[in-house]
Formats: sequence, C-alpha cells, structure tokens
Amino acid sequence: MARIDPYAIYSLWLREMIRFFRLKSRVVGSLAPPFFFLAILGVGFRSTMVVPEGVNYIDFLAPGIIGMTLLFSATFGGLSMLWDREFGFLREIMVAPVSRLSIVLGRTAGGVTTAVMQGVIILVPGILMGLKITGLGGFLLSLVFMVLIATTFNSLGLAFASRMKDMSGFSLIMNFMVFPVFLLSGALFPVENLPPWLRILSYLDPLTYGVDGLRASLVGVSAFPLVLDLAVLAACCAGSLALGAYLFEISDVE
Amino acid sequence: MNEAAIAASGLTMRFDGFTAVDKVDLHIEKGELFGLLGPNGAGKSTIIKMLTTMIRPTDGSALVWGHDIGRERDAVRSSIGVVFQDPSVDSQLTGRENLDFHGRMYGMDARLRQKRIEDVLDLVDLAEKADVLLEDYSGGMQRRLEIARGLMHHPDVLFLDEPTLGLDAQTRRYIWEYIQNMNRSEGVTVVITTHYMEEADYLCDRVAIIDRGRIVALDSPKNLKDLIGADLVVLEVGDGHLDDLAGLLSDFDWVVSAEASGDAVALRVDHGESRIPEIVLTASRAGVKIRSVSMHEPTLEDVFLEFTGKKMRDADTGGGGGKLAAVQSRMRTRRH
Repeated sequence: MARIDPYAIYSLWLREMIRFFRLKSRVVGSLAPPFFFLAILGVGFRSTMVVPEGVNYIDFLAPGIIGMTLLFSATFGGLSMLWDREFGFLREIMVAPVSRLSIVLGRTAGGVTTAVMQGVIILVPGILMGLKITGLGGFLLSLVFMVLIATTFNSLGLAFASRMKDMSGFSLIMNFMVFPVFLLSGALFPVENLPPWLRILSYLDPLTYGVDGLRASLVGVSAFPLVLDLAVLAACCAGSLALGAYLFEISDVE
Repeated sequence: MNEAAIAASGLTMRFDGFTAVDKVDLHIEKGELFGLLGPNGAGKSTIIKMLTTMIRPTDGSALVWGHDIGRERDAVRSSIGVVFQDPSVDSQLTGRENLDFHGRMYGMDARLRQKRIEDVLDLVDLAEKADVLLEDYSGGMQRRLEIARGLMHHPDVLFLDEPTLGLDAQTRRYIWEYIQNMNRSEGVTVVITTHYMEEADYLCDRVAIIDRGRIVALDSPKNLKDLIGADLVVLEVGDGHLDDLAGLLSDFDWVVSAEASGDAVALRVDHGESRIPEIVLTASRAGVKIRSVSMHEPTLEDVFLEFTGKKMRDADTGGGGGKLAAVQSRMRTRRH
C-alpha cells in the first residue's frame, strides 16, 4: 500500500505557491480572459439572454465564469507536469524516496490551491458588476464546489500529462477537451436552451454540475438539486483523482 | 553491512530490439570513486538510470547499498544522491529554495535543512548566490548547485552522470576538486560517468571502460595504462617510403610495433624519450624526411583503442556531447 508522506506533499504544494506568487505577470495574464468574459459578455448579453426568470444575467454568468477559471487553471496545472518533464525537474521529484501517491497529492494540492485562489479573485469584479451573493454560508459552500471542480480537472490534466511524451499534445487537449467542456457546461447560458441531443453531452460534463453547484451556493438558483450536484461532482473528483494517480504511477520519467 | 556499495549481475536494458546495456556485472566497493568511461551512446547513462530506479532493467538485477533496485525502490532512493546529465533544477526558484525543496522531499526538519544547506553551499562556493533565482545562474553554478543538492541528504552513494559536460576547463577543475574532496573527507561512494579521458584518469580509483553496452575492461587507470605499456611515438613524414621506414624500425628489439598510415608512422616504444634520436637517425638514413616527432605516454584513450579497435570519437554515436567529444579529441591529437 502506498505511503503518504505529508512533508513531501507540503514541499510540492509550497513550490507551487512560491512559483504562483513569484510569477505575477502570469497570474494577471491568466485572470484576464475570465475578466473580459465577465465584463463584456455580462453587459452584452444582459438584455437578450434567456435565463431562468427573476435572475440577473450577471448573477447567472459570474458562477459560470468562476467555473471556467477553475477549469482552465486546474487543467493547466495538471498538464504543467509536462514542463517539469521538459526542464528536467521531474527527475528530481521522481528520484526522491517519496511514494508516487504523495507526489500526485502534492501536485494536486498545489494546482487546486492556485486554481481556487483565482476563482475567488474573479468574484471581486463580479460583485462590482452587481453579483449578489446569498451570504457567508453560500460562499463557504461555493469553496467546496471550487475545490471539487479544481481537483477533478487538475487530476484529468495530470492523467493526460502522464500519457504524453512531450508538449505536442498540449494544444490538442486544450482545444478538444477543455473548450467543449467549458461551452457545454452551461457556464454562459442555461443548458435547457440546447437541443435535447446536445443536452445529453452537457449532462455528461462534470463541469455542468460544478457550475450548477456554484450557482446554487452563490446566488441560490440551480437547475438540479444541490445534493445531486455535490454527489455527481464528488464522484467525478474521486474518479479522476484515482485515474490521475494510477496513470502517473505507471508512467516512466524518461 | 559489509557488502559492496553496488553489486549488479547480468544487468540488461533493451529498447525496441536495440540492446543499450548488455549483461553488465559490476562490483563497486564502499568508499570507492568509480568511473564508467565510454563514448556517447555506450550505455553509461542507461546503467545509471537503472541503478537509480529511474527505469526498470529488462533483465538482470542489482543491489545498491544492499537494496534491490526492483523490489526496494524507495530504500534505494533513500541511499543515493543523483546528479543527472541534464539540468534538473527549478529555474523559477532560488538556490536555497531548490535545496529546501530537496531537504523536505528527503524528510529533513527545518533545523537540519538549514544546517545542511549552509554546509553544502559552502562546499560548492555558492553561499553568496543562495538567494538568486536559478535562471540567473551560469551553467557551472547550476551544476555545482546540483552537486550540492545531491550531497545534501548525506547519501551513501552519489551518482554523477557526466558532471562536467559542456563546462569550461576551470569549472571542470573545481568540480573535480569537490568530487574528490567529498569522496575523501565524507567517505561517500561515488559513481561517475564520463567520456572525458582525463576526468576518469584523474579522479577514479577504478574505471570500467564501456563500449556498446558492455564492460570491455575494468581496473585502476594506472593498471589499464600499464596494459598498453609502451609509449607512443608518432612521426609525421614529409616524403619517402613510409612502409619501408616502418619495416626498418620494427627490426629494433625495443620497438613493440610500428604502423604506417596516411603521412605518419606510429610506433610503440619502451622508454620513448631515449629512443627518439635513434629513430630520427634511422629515418634520415632511409632517406625519409621527418616533419615532426611527437611522443605521449599511454592514456585511457589508447586503452579504449586497444580493447575496442577504435578511437572513442569514432565510437561516438552522437548525442549532445558528441560534438564536444570530437572537439576535445581533436585537441588531444594536436597535443601529441
């Protein structure tokens, strides 16, 4: 049975934190797209978008954009193992007397923390644009959803990175996995607006439940019961974490 | 424990039908400074990767500090330090942060980390650069930091894969000193791979010469060179009959062998320096004009030639160090 090495997990997490706060330009860069989505789509679609009755479009959109931020940031974080492979640091990690499971957990902890921080930061412009949060309880609950979303996609990113030899597959994943997952999740418009056959794909998309859960917790509006969102997302999270850990375990460094 | 630092038997690595390492047996004593010498692509790095648990051997087994590389990977990892051939630092972190990360991964507490970081930074003269980002380090500084890191957790065995590849002569000297120092003063067993002859000659207690995945010779540098015995005298000839000259010279009983090739005659001669006058005299009597005479004592390059029938640079199968090796080899030739 794989050992858990808390010290090593902490070390890997701390490395991500140092890097995150050191590369301020990258943080700003990664926050720009969600900010523009929020600021421009929020205004542009305000009057025309069909959203559930009695809901402001900004209340509808902001949780979606937070979901998007988490999706991109977390997937990117998982795939960043490719950079470590490219620049050789992965060998330093792999030759240490640390269980592979701890390495996965440490990387995931770091990637999830940075993603959630970015998700929370995006709340600020949302609130400035009129987003009304239900309360502290709702905010805390939304943090749970953020962690689950980030863990799911960070692990998926790691799973893909474990199967790739170099960076060439990176844009493929970004374009053919991340974008459909984002667009089908109901982040920008209600999933009910889609034709039934496309709606099925939305229901298979873990982010759909993540975005719906964020909406339920932050603004009190949702398509599914909160418990369903939580259960489906938790299951996806556990599944992808196990998949990522397994694929990483069997992957070779060289 | 009174067993060997490393004991490998039948270690084999095959990649898609190509055998990189072919049934290698190794026995490295504790405290030894052991060299794996061979051209690029000979399989040195692959041996290191297997012994450091980075890849699993196709066949064969090895014990590192008494731990099986297949079944006790974490125990092996705890016993070793590794300096890889290619950089393996985080360039976004400072020197100290890189070492701090390393210390935590090896389970060292804050106090111990602090102490060891100071120690190893002093050892490699990087104390002043501790808080500089790695991306602002020169190649030599990065290398020294990696060596410091490899030592930080006091490994029983330190693996150095081409530690001076691509470094300038001065830095190389420094690094040799560090390696020798820690081997002697800390008693760390060191396994080093290199394709630099002088490096293996200067540093190692024993050297295994590797060619095409096999060990073709293994002994101390001195014993290996003694196998060649005689000095090499090379005559560069302007004009005349080279073959005749070679024939004439090989009649002397102090000439071990004489070979003509191109515009040169290569002689193996005992006590070469005292025979040169006679060689020159013989040549002028035979009407052969000599342009230059050079002599050198046997080197590991000659040993390699002896055992593989080719020069190291010809055996080179490319890779990052190939060009460097060729340049270096050419420089050596000029020095004769």
